[in-house]
Amino acid sequence: MSVFSGLKFRKVYSPIHNLDPRIKFIYVCSIFAIAIMFGELLPLMVLFLLQIPFVIVAGVKREWLRSMRGAAFLATFIFLTNFVASYIGAGYVFTIKILETAVAMTLRFIVLVESFSVFFLTTSPDHLGLALEQTHVPYEFVFAFTTAVRFVPVLAEEAETIMDAQKARGLELERGNFLKRIRNYIPVLIPLIVSAIRRSLELAEAMESRAWGATKKRTNLYTLKVHRGDIVLIALTSLILAAAIYTRLYLPVPSLSELLKIPS
Amino acid sequence: MIEVKDVYFSYPNGVQALNGVSLTVRKGDFLAIMGQNGAGKTTLVKHFNGLLKPTKGEVLVDGVATAKVSVAAIARNVGFVFQNPDHQLFSETVEEEIAFALRNFGLKEDVIKKRVTWALNLLGLAQYRKTSPFMLSGGERKRVALASVLAWDPKILILDEPTIGQDYQQKEKLRQFILQMRTRGKTVITVTHDVEFVAECNPRVILMKEGKILIDGEARKVLTSPEILEEASIIPPQIAQIFLQLSDMGLPCNVIDVYEAKTILSSFLESHL
Repeated sequence: MSVFSGLKFRKVYSPIHNLDPRIKFIYVCSIFAIAIMFGELLPLMVLFLLQIPFVIVAGVKREWLRSMRGAAFLATFIFLTNFVASYIGAGYVFTIKILETAVAMTLRFIVLVESFSVFFLTTSPDHLGLALEQTHVPYEFVFAFTTAVRFVPVLAEEAETIMDAQKARGLELERGNFLKRIRNYIPVLIPLIVSAIRRSLELAEAMESRAWGATKKRTNLYTLKVHRGDIVLIALTSLILAAAIYTRLYLPVPSLSELLKIPS
Repeated sequence: MIEVKDVYFSYPNGVQALNGVSLTVRKGDFLAIMGQNGAGKTTLVKHFNGLLKPTKGEVLVDGVATAKVSVAAIARNVGFVFQNPDHQLFSETVEEEIAFALRNFGLKEDVIKKRVTWALNLLGLAQYRKTSPFMLSGGERKRVALASVLAWDPKILILDEPTIGQDYQQKEKLRQFILQMRTRGKTVITVTHDVEFVAECNPRVILMKEGKILIDGEARKVLTSPEILEEASIIPPQIAQIFLQLSDMGLPCNVIDVYEAKTILSSFLESHL
């Protein structure tokens, strides 16, 4: 559940929280694109470090660290697969280059998690819904999306209760081999899915009885406006993106080992 | 026997749910734990089968500290029926649902069959043996959940809000059933908001507030003490309310039972008419 807590929004005020979610989203997508563009360690390190000021300004260091810790397991997995695969591919020879590529691939994953985590930690679901609505996404979809986000913690709590109830009936989740352990989760998953479906039907009924969708043209109490901070961010994003594309196309990207003059 | 020794518990999110609770539940006790929402009732009973381990202090079940053994090991002796049956029903048939725990405890198939039939008959579910639990009504699902725990015949039975969503007839059956458990020497612990139900059952009552025990005593005494009930945000049962209001007529104040009330009132009326 620790990965979820890294994506859970907490209401605080900071310059980052006040930014327009649309522009933040463009920023995150740009970082995403750049991370895909480069496979070398050096630029990925720059991208990683670039996010840290955002985290500090937004004051979500603790939650962010928790999501990083949640991603650690998958990151280790990615590192090992990359490392072992290229080690075997190179004919069972260890070079510093292999290590560097494996680290770079892992860092790429971390950068992706990092930027999305910053986005979700600093954007309230309502704010996000508003942004989607103002970009003319049909309201039905916006509502479905914000509801889904909102129910994640509720579901997590429910999963905990169900696990308790089944443990009280002698279920041992950690017992048996790998396949047995997956099967152990069936008594948890079925009640969870059934109750989620039941809840969604109840929610639909409750909303219908409160005249959901009665008016086609919706108005909002709040509207999103682009402020000075947003302009700064969009300028910064364009600058980073342009620099990245220029580097990719025209500049050689040295590997870290070459730069540090480590003999391979 | 359950011994709770000065237990403190706080949830990972920092909520301090228990603030030094001490309590002994003896074999054959019938205990009702009451108090407003968030008083720590469910948190306390979750300590009895090791689902929660105390942050400070210790809980002993039959002399063994719950912190040292798995929930599954304690569950063999301590059955816990959760409030919402939908949090545990998952099998294709009622029969399978009841057999689930028995398989977890490693019972033999012929024993399981016998125990399932016993539990189905006990709760009047025999005709639903092959039905999917999801097709049953709310009250029936609740009984299936109860049967699925009773099937292994635990020494101690914990019921979390057993009367919620049950009609009068079902409540009466539940009461009879608890009495039956007691004559078989079982310990029953229930968490409830249902004052009238408690008044009818007349158990030992524990009132909780803010993670502490306010009072621990006979239902007759606890449910007729207006000051302490008010502190726990509980209204006395209706019979007790009448007798509290009639106290200046020389009637006793500690009455919660309907039949006792009837006897007292009719003899009072006879002597004054």
